[in-house]
Amino acid sequence: MPRPIRVLVAKPGLDGHDRGAKVVARALRDAGMEVIYTGIRQTPEMIAEAALQEDVNVVGLSILSGAHKTLCPRVVELLRKQGLDDVLVVVGGIIPDEDLPFMHGLGIQGVFGPGTSTQDIIRFIREHAPRVAA
Amino acid sequence: MELLDRLLAGERRALARAISCVEDQGPEARALLAGLYPHTGRAHVIGVTGAPGTGKSSLVNALARAYRAQGLTVGIIAVDPTSPFSGGALLGDRVRMRDLAGDQGTFIRSMATRGSLGGLAHTTGEVVLALDAAGFERILIETVGVGQAEVDIASAAHTTVVVEAPGLGDEIQAIKAGVLEIADLFAVNKADREGADHTVMALKMMQGLGPSMGHHGVSAGSGKPGHQPGEQPDGTWLPPITKTVAIHGEGVPALRDWIEEHAAYLERSGLRGRWELARARTELEHILRDRLMATLLARQPAGQLPDEILEAVAGRRLDPYTAAERLLAGREPSEPVR
Repeated sequence: MPRPIRVLVAKPGLDGHDRGAKVVARALRDAGMEVIYTGIRQTPEMIAEAALQEDVNVVGLSILSGAHKTLCPRVVELLRKQGLDDVLVVVGGIIPDEDLPFMHGLGIQGVFGPGTSTQDIIRFIREHAPRVAA
Repeated sequence: MELLDRLLAGERRALARAISCVEDQGPEARALLAGLYPHTGRAHVIGVTGAPGTGKSSLVNALARAYRAQGLTVGIIAVDPTSPFSGGALLGDRVRMRDLAGDQGTFIRSMATRGSLGGLAHTTGEVVLALDAAGFERILIETVGVGQAEVDIASAAHTTVVVEAPGLGDEIQAIKAGVLEIADLFAVNKADREGADHTVMALKMMQGLGPSMGHHGVSAGSGKPGHQPGEQPDGTWLPPITKTVAIHGEGVPALRDWIEEHAAYLERSGLRGRWELARARTELEHILRDRLMATLLARQPAGQLPDEILEAVAGRRLDPYTAAERLLAGREPSEPVR
């Protein structure tokens, strides 16, 4: 039995609208993944720590507040600091097109704006999630 | 073994990786578990079980904080069900545990049951070993919470806390026989709600209906009026009932203290030793069953039960008991029944 992909779904910062994050979390579960849903008001430190403890393959950030250019670099940096370089980071929410190069520059290729089908997110994760060895 | 050494040295990432290794039951798991085992047996393992909606996660969070206030380190395993249809799982217990974020004296791991049905995952016991070897002094296991079918927790934990809450339906209905037998302690959570005292009374009444076999194999006290909870004059244990409001931390230090009292009771009564022996037997039998089955299957031509045997049994030309004897004896599957 291959190990299910483990995904951390988190909402960093002060954004309280979590319906989208929950829809994605359920879709990933229905696609056979184990989703650790941590809820709203997560700090980057909490997210990185949870990612470490849960040994996830993917960290999914849901950001509707526009604070992605502050929050994403912090999360990526903390993941790296903890030795979690191989974790796939994807971001959903409101990310303006002009910020895409910034996100790609952080190493975040998977950016999913409003209207993205959950199937696209699932496909992306399946293709890019690392298979981590002990 | 490198991962093991890093885990024993206190590296949290190594612990997280080790947990994944034993959870995935890959080829390295056996060597890792053998390496971990001599370093285990120190932690006190506490199971927290109860029906959905009783506030188990909040109570686990509050208990962990109460232990941290005493300077003890706490590992937490939160189990949630795997969907039988998709094989996926939504593990949401961490949401209730944000108070513990940033605390290096706690470690929280969410586990999906991955097909297991007794309230825990198959490998929860092994994950306990990893946390134990890593030095966590108290390990809290939060079960899935199907209420009645929580048989696994009693053999995985030294002390089992059964969580009830008022207003979940008929009070007596909510207190099932199986649950009474596995409880070392009761927590009536959400005790600020109406009906909390009713729930406490209902539990006391059930306790008073006569001696029942506690899961440590000793007759639990009969709870007659005048009996104080805890250790009885005859050496048995009468489960105390503690009212809690987990989200406010009310009643939780008292619950913690009762858990510690139970741990001390297990030691001085010798029941802890008996528990460890019973646990050793269960584990060994479980592992032997798996290994023997794997060995038998490896001996088969296709590495699985032969189709001819399955077809013969399904067609009633062969009964499964004779088929099993044949397989064990390594005989030809096509031999006729007579």
